[in-house]
Amino acid sequence: MTAVLEARGLGKRYGRLWALADCTLSIPPGHVAGLVGPNGAGKTTLLHMAVGLLQPTSGTIEVLGGQPAAGPAQLARVGFLAQDAPTYAGLSVADHLRLGAHLNPGWDARLAHDRIEALDLNPGQRAGKLSGGERAQLALTLAVAKRPELLILDEPVASLDPLARREFLQDLMEAVAEQQVSVVLSSHLVADLERVCDYLIVLTTGRVQVAGEVEDLLATHHLLTGPRRDPATLPASQHVISASHTDRQTTLLVRTDAPIHDPAWTVSQVGMEDLVLAYMSQAAGSRGRKPALEAQR
Amino acid sequence: MIWLTWRQFRAQAWAALAVLAVIAIAFGVTGPHLAYLYDASGIPACHAHGDCATLATNFVNELKGLDAVVWFVSIGVLYLAPGLIGVFWGAPLVTRELEAGTFRLAWNQSVTRTRWIAVKLALVGLAAMAAVGLFSLMIAWWASPIDRATGLAASRNGASSVNRLAPLLFGASGVAPIGYAAFAFALGVTAGIVIRRTVPAMAITLAVFAAVQIVMPNWVRPHLITPAHVTTALNTANISQLSTDNNGQMTVTAAVHIPGAWVLSNQTINAAGQAFTGPATKACLSQTASIRACNASLGRLHLRQLVTYQPASRYWAFQWHETAIFLAVALLLAGFCVWWIRRRLS
Amino acid sequence: MIEFYLDSRSGVAPYLQLIQQVRQALRLGLLREGDQLPTVKDVVGRLAINPNTVLKAYRELEYEGLAAARAGIGTFVTATLTDASLAAHGPLRRDLRRWLARARRAGLDDDSIEALFLDTFRSAAGEDIA
Repeated sequence: MTAVLEARGLGKRYGRLWALADCTLSIPPGHVAGLVGPNGAGKTTLLHMAVGLLQPTSGTIEVLGGQPAAGPAQLARVGFLAQDAPTYAGLSVADHLRLGAHLNPGWDARLAHDRIEALDLNPGQRAGKLSGGERAQLALTLAVAKRPELLILDEPVASLDPLARREFLQDLMEAVAEQQVSVVLSSHLVADLERVCDYLIVLTTGRVQVAGEVEDLLATHHLLTGPRRDPATLPASQHVISASHTDRQTTLLVRTDAPIHDPAWTVSQVGMEDLVLAYMSQAAGSRGRKPALEAQR
Repeated sequence: MIWLTWRQFRAQAWAALAVLAVIAIAFGVTGPHLAYLYDASGIPACHAHGDCATLATNFVNELKGLDAVVWFVSIGVLYLAPGLIGVFWGAPLVTRELEAGTFRLAWNQSVTRTRWIAVKLALVGLAAMAAVGLFSLMIAWWASPIDRATGLAASRNGASSVNRLAPLLFGASGVAPIGYAAFAFALGVTAGIVIRRTVPAMAITLAVFAAVQIVMPNWVRPHLITPAHVTTALNTANISQLSTDNNGQMTVTAAVHIPGAWVLSNQTINAAGQAFTGPATKACLSQTASIRACNASLGRLHLRQLVTYQPASRYWAFQWHETAIFLAVALLLAGFCVWWIRRRLS
Repeated sequence: MIEFYLDSRSGVAPYLQLIQQVRQALRLGLLREGDQLPTVKDVVGRLAINPNTVLKAYRELEYEGLAAARAGIGTFVTATLTDASLAAHGPLRRDLRRWLARARRAGLDDDSIEALFLDTFRSAAGEDIA
């Protein structure tokens, strides 16, 4: 099956700074993929390259088997919601729908109209007067009603209050259930991704730290607690992601496919949030910086 | 894409139509009056050249009140229109979307960037040209009595206060404003795309356009068609300017009598063909001698007058040349915009 | 129609929670044979979870023989977990209460009661198999 997003050695450089480096990903179709990382990690850069707003400096990227924004056909297959849900402040809700109808051959007017009604949006209201949540919903309607195969959302709920956030995700999942569209969405809040994502990509300082199906990741990562020990003494099959020590105790987060036989360890499950945080601190540790990640519940 | 361009342009279009409507009303109100004045002045009835010229000169010089105001204002507005179009229609065209981030919405609909920019440029550019063209046409219709009168007046004594080939009026008549509008618009869009911020782009557009409008009539236009020269004996009865200085040098200039012509240079030359700078004659230097004595002394120097000019008959040739140049540059800028948006804007 | 909820702190995978809630409802007679389970769209529209989670839960229920999908219509309950034994719940509950009262009078605390019960339960289950 063609991956919805295939990146090989993808990189983007601004001056001397690499916003994204050595990015290799293969996101399978039929998933809701979450791209998580702190601000400035390169999430927006990656997503903008996926929709053709940016040109890569190195490497290649293919979306749905084609070049991003290569032509009207490719553009019709990918729906995009940019950060802060840009809409035309002077145009009304109905005008935005007309915009979608005129500019997209695959536009489903019935679907768009039903959504607007279900959302209780006033068609005559100018987009500049809508609340943040309503604007996000309008932008999502525009992206969804053109019936794409893939939806790409850049921090869609970052600036929304908790209620609007929940409503947006409910809506998004409904659209996914109805239209069988694949989704790639980015966020710096792990909690939202936890509920909706079944594929996870952790991105920090422009590099992919880990990527995979959430089920696999949770099954292969374990939390080990036991007497104080040097992580280097562990068998090679167990990769230590993060380690913390007190004078008597060691807590490790390891990744391994094999079962853990050492009886000295207490093995417990890892939640997605701890997993993500562990990978972020691993990346930060190698640079001596703490990442600014929000872990909200 | 046409719908979206129109929808975003709607407010500006209505504004332009409102301005045109106001001007149309002003013309409609004063036009018949002006025509009446023209008929009443007796110019249409006259046959003898001499009489017509006097009547015509009087008619032109006596335009006053509302008619004069409307005339000056409409010419002023036609001068300003291309610049305003460049600043208010051109500069914000793309920049507004860049600043608001809405280009991220527009460029992910199922239209390519190329089509997006091409349609915007074409539609608004053509609207600009049409608006300005219509305006110029309206002025031409309204001011036709004046034009006819100045034509007649000029034929007699060459002293016309309304010379449409001269820089002052040239840019506000005929088809040249259409070229200016296209150029200013394309310039505005280009500035916006390169600078990416609306207000600086507007300022740059205005500055560059103003600079071009100064450079063009003074340094470029005179050479578009090789000027004509005529050398005549200096008519001492027509001396318009005479000056002497402490070193005994003298310069003399006589008035030019070429009806409707755009005079580029008016030199007094000596028998050898060089510019005459002196020495001054005794009669002209002395404080006590009369002007007639000074003139007589000049006559004995056998000076000649070399006039470089563009004849009135070349008015339309110049109009088409200038319009063609500005349209060509506008097209080049438009092409650059399309290329830039496609390739470079990231 | 059953309404699902999600406990994001329980540490139990969402799809398992859904399955548990269906089983629970079946046991208590809240869901009966022929009842329709909520559509995937409705569930994700309320809970904001991945549709694949719901699909997985429903597939598992199908595998266990508790539900069946009818193409284009929805997923329906096909079995029940209550049987004649539902009637026996009442008296059994009373007996259990009496035993608990006796255990407390004997001086056992909560953890001891739980340990005693589980140990007896397990060894009895082992004897049943053997």
